[in-house]
Amino acid sequence: MSGARDPVSLPSAAARVFGRECRLGVRRVGELLQPVTFFLMVTTLFPLALSPEPSLMRNIAPGVVWVGALLSSLLSLEGLFRADLDDGTLEQLVLAGQPLAGLVAAKVLAHWLLVGVPLVLAAPLAASSLSVPAAALPVLMLGLALGTGVIVFVGAVGAALTLAGRRGSVLLSLLVLPLVMPVLIFGARATDEAVRGDSAAGGLWLLLAMLILAVTLAPLAVAAAVRICLE
Amino acid sequence: MERSVADFLAMGGYAPYVWSSYGAWCVVMLANLAGALGALKAAKARARRRFESAASDDGGERS
Amino acid sequence: MATWTWFHRLASPPHVYRISGAFLPWLALFTALFIGYGFYGGLVLAPPDYQQKDAFRIIYVHAPSAWLSMLAYVTVAVAAAVGLIWRMKVAHAVAASAAPIGASFTFLALLTGSLWGKPMWGTWWTWDARLTSELILLFLYLGYLALRGAFDDRARADQASAVLAIVGVVNIPIIHFSVVWWNSLHQGSTVMKLARPSMPGSMLWPLLSSLLGFTLLFAALLCVRLRAEIIDRERTASWLRPIVGAA
Repeated sequence: MSGARDPVSLPSAAARVFGRECRLGVRRVGELLQPVTFFLMVTTLFPLALSPEPSLMRNIAPGVVWVGALLSSLLSLEGLFRADLDDGTLEQLVLAGQPLAGLVAAKVLAHWLLVGVPLVLAAPLAASSLSVPAAALPVLMLGLALGTGVIVFVGAVGAALTLAGRRGSVLLSLLVLPLVMPVLIFGARATDEAVRGDSAAGGLWLLLAMLILAVTLAPLAVAAAVRICLE
Repeated sequence: MERSVADFLAMGGYAPYVWSSYGAWCVVMLANLAGALGALKAAKARARRRFESAASDDGGERS
Repeated sequence: MATWTWFHRLASPPHVYRISGAFLPWLALFTALFIGYGFYGGLVLAPPDYQQKDAFRIIYVHAPSAWLSMLAYVTVAVAAAVGLIWRMKVAHAVAASAAPIGASFTFLALLTGSLWGKPMWGTWWTWDARLTSELILLFLYLGYLALRGAFDDRARADQASAVLAIVGVVNIPIIHFSVVWWNSLHQGSTVMKLARPSMPGSMLWPLLSSLLGFTLLFAALLCVRLRAEIIDRERTASWLRPIVGAA
């Protein structure tokens, strides 16, 4: 960590955290593809479990795609801070002399990029296979881009809180799922409107509002949770 | 207006719903009370054990 | 400065242990009086509702339980915030004590709402906005309690669950709004019409009395649980010796 000697500004420190996170993510590309693979598998389950009838698929597709995206991005959060805790990076962030919230925000932002972008790109594939009309795909992708942001930022709070406790595989989901239910409601609704050919603006604006709130407030809670873990 | 006891218990045909609501309240609140009092009793017992083991440790060191 | 001494004294575990004990008999007495009048008035004195007949009498358990489910969560969050900001151990003890009580009231609100829904809607469960919000609130409580249970170290459990409670209380208005929005789009008319703005006094006074009685009951249960939490947290503080009957 060369930043300890010469004083660096918060933006450049955050940019370094962001860059490191992206490099690590690209290096572990197989791990990165796991959430998307999971997402595609979950959306395949529904035609198999129900029936591949196009009219039924079109009705349930918004819900299926959103639940799949929600679960797969939640699963990707499990190890968000674990490796950094084990190799001491997290402690370095705390001791970096920068506002911790800014640094963790950069880290979570990178995670959003690494998990959200593949999901957004895979969504048209899953949605088309569920006979969602092509005209609804832009709304679905935009909604998912905003929605995964909220999920990742709120989920990061859960990931940081469960860091110091006993490892429980479903604990993180228990904490985060009730908090992100509004994302599911707004996102699935907007997609549903688009599938029906109506204006989806209402749900998308609400998602954007939630994203702004999550991006501004969640890093403070993540920083507090990280400090508690390292105390 | 005055109602007979039988009328009161029948609750105009809604007896199962009304009485099971109040019954559920009684059960949950009794469980709450038992839980709280049990927690207090257990906490006191734990504290007493802590004091006793601390006292016996001291005794052991002195002898 | 003098106005703040009461606040500082609240940080002292023996003081809180003492006053919670002093309040308890009074809380128990007034709980019994207010709930007694509330239930008697609701079950006997109030006339049957002209639409819902005698089924509306469930409101005297349901509405106060729903109120308590929210009050208890706010209590947890406020106590947690005080505990985090002023590093006050007693505040964390309050949060830890209030959560299980709040969860039990949330469960009751769901159960009685369902028991009311069966004769009114003909089904045990409807995705009504109020019931759905209450269900998500129960999930929030369960998550909070699960997080608390995941730590062996009490101080960490306090602080981590405090962060979660604060995040949760910020989210509750958003969750509630989203559920109401979702509900209005999907069903429209099935709003739970338990409380009407213009209730005759014979129906309203027992309800208010019941609300107050439940609140006092929550306070009484909180006092008992708080005393247990304080004893556990004070470990072997000398003031505990006579209280627990140790030699």
